[in-house]
Amino acid sequence: MANEHAHPNPAAHDHHDEHGASHGSMREYVVGFLLSVVLTAIPFWLVMTGAIPDKQTTALVIMAFAVVQIVVHMIYFLHMNTKSENGWTVMALIFTIVLVIITLSGSLWVMFHLNTNMMPMSVHDMGQLP
Amino acid sequence: MAIEAEAHNHWSPLLGRLWLDAIPQEPIVLATFVVVMLGGAALVAGLTYFKLWGYLWKEWFTSVDHKKIGIMYMILGLVMFLRGFADAIMMRAQQAMAFNGNDGYLNAHHYDQVFTAHGVIMIFFVAMPFVTGLMNYIVPLQIGARDVSFPFLNNFSFWMTTAGAVLTMMSLFVGEFAQTGWLAYPPLSNLAYSPWVGVDYYIWSLQIAGVGTLLSGVNLVCTIVKMRAPGMTMMRMPVFTWTSLCTNILIVAAFPVLTAVMTMLTVDRYLGFNFFSNDFGGSPMMYVNLIWIWGHPEVYILILPLFGVFSEVVSTFSGKRLFGYSSMVYATLVITILSYLVWLHHFFTMGSGASVNSFFGITTMVISIPTGAKLFNWLFTMYRGRIRYELPMMWTVAFMLTFTVGGMTGVLLAVPPADFVLHNSLFLIAHFHNVIIGGVLFGIFAAINFWWPKAFGFKLNQFWGKVSFWLWVPGFWFAFMPLYILGLMGVTRRMRVFDDPSIQIWFVIAAFGAVMIAGGIGAMLVQFAVSIWKREELKDETGDPWNGRTLEWSTSSPPPEYNFAFTPLVHDLDAWDDMKRCGVQRPTSGFRPIHMPSGTGTGLILAGLSTSLGFAMIWYIWWLAAVSFAGIIGYAIFHTFNYKRDYHIPVETVEATEAERTRQLAAAGA
Amino acid sequence: MTANTAPTHTLDQAQLQAAFYDLNEHDHPEGGSTMLGFWVYLMSDCLIFAMLFAAYGVLGGSLAAGPGPKDLFELPLVALNTAMLLFSSITYGFAMLAMEKNNKGATQAWLLVTAVFGACFLGIELYEFSNLIHEGATPMRSGFLTAFFSLVGTHGLHVTFGLIWLFTLVVQVGKKGLIPANKRRLMCLSLFWHFLDVIWIGVFTFVYLMGML
Repeated sequence: MANEHAHPNPAAHDHHDEHGASHGSMREYVVGFLLSVVLTAIPFWLVMTGAIPDKQTTALVIMAFAVVQIVVHMIYFLHMNTKSENGWTVMALIFTIVLVIITLSGSLWVMFHLNTNMMPMSVHDMGQLP
Repeated sequence: MAIEAEAHNHWSPLLGRLWLDAIPQEPIVLATFVVVMLGGAALVAGLTYFKLWGYLWKEWFTSVDHKKIGIMYMILGLVMFLRGFADAIMMRAQQAMAFNGNDGYLNAHHYDQVFTAHGVIMIFFVAMPFVTGLMNYIVPLQIGARDVSFPFLNNFSFWMTTAGAVLTMMSLFVGEFAQTGWLAYPPLSNLAYSPWVGVDYYIWSLQIAGVGTLLSGVNLVCTIVKMRAPGMTMMRMPVFTWTSLCTNILIVAAFPVLTAVMTMLTVDRYLGFNFFSNDFGGSPMMYVNLIWIWGHPEVYILILPLFGVFSEVVSTFSGKRLFGYSSMVYATLVITILSYLVWLHHFFTMGSGASVNSFFGITTMVISIPTGAKLFNWLFTMYRGRIRYELPMMWTVAFMLTFTVGGMTGVLLAVPPADFVLHNSLFLIAHFHNVIIGGVLFGIFAAINFWWPKAFGFKLNQFWGKVSFWLWVPGFWFAFMPLYILGLMGVTRRMRVFDDPSIQIWFVIAAFGAVMIAGGIGAMLVQFAVSIWKREELKDETGDPWNGRTLEWSTSSPPPEYNFAFTPLVHDLDAWDDMKRCGVQRPTSGFRPIHMPSGTGTGLILAGLSTSLGFAMIWYIWWLAAVSFAGIIGYAIFHTFNYKRDYHIPVETVEATEAERTRQLAAAGA
Repeated sequence: MTANTAPTHTLDQAQLQAAFYDLNEHDHPEGGSTMLGFWVYLMSDCLIFAMLFAAYGVLGGSLAAGPGPKDLFELPLVALNTAMLLFSSITYGFAMLAMEKNNKGATQAWLLVTAVFGACFLGIELYEFSNLIHEGATPMRSGFLTAFFSLVGTHGLHVTFGLIWLFTLVVQVGKKGLIPANKRRLMCLSLFWHFLDVIWIGVFTFVYLMGML
């Protein structure tokens, strides 16, 4: 026990942490940039040309692209990794994502049901309301 | 009302809509105004006479010491508590007399402001400052740190909270406060139905105070994550620190929601946007949905730290390690997550239908399981302990009895069909006062009695503490049990006058309870006064008056500015208890200079500018708003050009302070 | 008080003290919590945007017989705007790489290039907004437009504050050089800037692209 803490050096720890948060390299930034360009261009192209006739499929595909691009940004630009700050940044991110999903989908679910129950009309009809 | 609305049409470029008609005409308010002004003048004169301004500015207002900021939070909470309670007893008096054609003594415009202000003040400017103050004071000491992660931000947060409180108080004498209930639901809070300044006061007070709360949350999360003493792993953290961590995570995750919703209401009112309007496709119910996404976690923000307090108190006064430490930690974590899955139970009657209501009803019932587990942990800690019924322990036992009843009625309300009957009734009022008073407030009283000797170096007077306790606890039951009964009979909340004379008796009993509580508050103030008066007799020189278990008791009372001359190394849960059992003595030589942050007036100045911004926006004084906003940005940037923000406490000072401590300990040990 | 009674075990006090107190402590370097703190703040900001997205999701269909996304959005403009933001992202990355190499001039230069792209982004957004308002599609027109202007506008406001911050840092780097405090600030702004990029991905996907479907 005594040995374990014989020379604790918190300063060294902090120093280490600061270097743990990496700033990326030229390669990382360029790869991230190219990936983002591709991942942005494809959804724009899909929507602008209507390459996939089915709207729902297009929606799902561009949403998938958005998710992938967000991950790309997280890794290549925000330099997220499980080691920086002993994993606390990743933990905070996961917690936030969970909450965003809960609040977003929850709100949509709740309000959709409310509108269905309280205003029995189609979305199209609602658009025509004064 | 129509006449009044027309009276406020005045607008000028210089003063906006601020005009002579902003001064309330009601005798009650005028009399209060005179009393407050006289009291304020006396206070200012006294401070000037005794030349205390410099001392206050240097040692308190600009201090970045977490202990002083914690104490200032507690004072803010106490002052606002008196205001909030004055509102409460006014309502009780009004409702006890407004029968049989008697209109009571409060008109509708005034009464509606009173119940709104009561709710807003008690949550935002009493419970929040108390809780934040406690965490600020205790957490760094418990984890063996010398200050929080961002000491300047801490000072700034405090002053932003105070700025919100100042704006709320201002509304009493300049203009009006909201008449919408404490969450200001639209469409009532839209410009069409609340045209004057009431709701704007509400919005800007909460917005400004909210910034402070959010930043203080970020600060404490970082403090707990980064500043723990070496060896204090997560599972060796004191339970109060654990619950504080979860509370601050909730603050960081919930207060932005409040900020967003308040901003939406602001643009609706100021710019004619249609988030929550009745026409043009706005949805008032969206406000209710969004604000409760903040509102429900807020409930746990308030109660979780007090669960931590009870854990510390129970284990200290039972002389045992806390029963089920890890289950306590996991229960807290589960509550943290679940608190985001229950928000709809505040508006079951909105009409989302059976599937939605059943989901949120079930999640609500589930959340009572970890809470129940905690209660059993406390009971098992007491089981076969050597219980000392000091004041903190008395409040804890009162909490267990009271809170359990409140929790049970909560589960009752979680059943959607039952909620359709009880929604918006006094039953609900009784329920949440039962948990907030029985949980949060009793917890704060336990904490004040527990940690007062740490903060000031002397214990609190027991006699007056017991008087206060025995007035408060039965007073609470007298005040709120009738409300359960009335609610079951169908009486709705926020009523000013009643037709049915048969229910008057219950309101009279409730008013009697409120008077008892007033006595309890009075006794508590006497307790503070007597204790300060007789502080030499009540002095504690050991720094550990209760035979405590966590690190805050290892340093002197009050702790030196730097908290710990040497950072403690932790090997076990209940680190101080471990140190005492091993018989380690504090080192008395080999001190070093200690690196500390220096004080700054920036927080106070920025918060002052924010108050002026809020005031200008409330009264449509656009030039002042623009100037204040530019001032905030400009001053904040100016502040970032100051790179020298710390200093060293010279080793001689540390040596002198520690030598004094050695003398104290020797005197106490003799 | 047990703390003051004589110890009963064999370990002597010196050993005990070394085990329980950090007798050889050094100053903690400043700003050890800053990056984590700023990240936690960004997470909270993320929830503000979540609320705005939720509002857009709920109110997005409430046109109140006014113009809808297909009548209003011009995808080429949005694509151009997205490109501006992406360029500013990589140039900020170059600024960070220059900072790593302690190259003060290059850091400042890349920051200014970033600012130019950021300003272009804002300019295009303002152009789009003013077009909409001239067409009568004001935020007061419908729930959809309220939610649209608020969401996109809040992102724009963030970019504006990012620019103010960026110019402040250019001046501070000029005055003090790339000292640790300034490096920390540049890293915080880096997180902020790239975070706004991530939000923009959500905006162009959910608001513009899905709106045009």
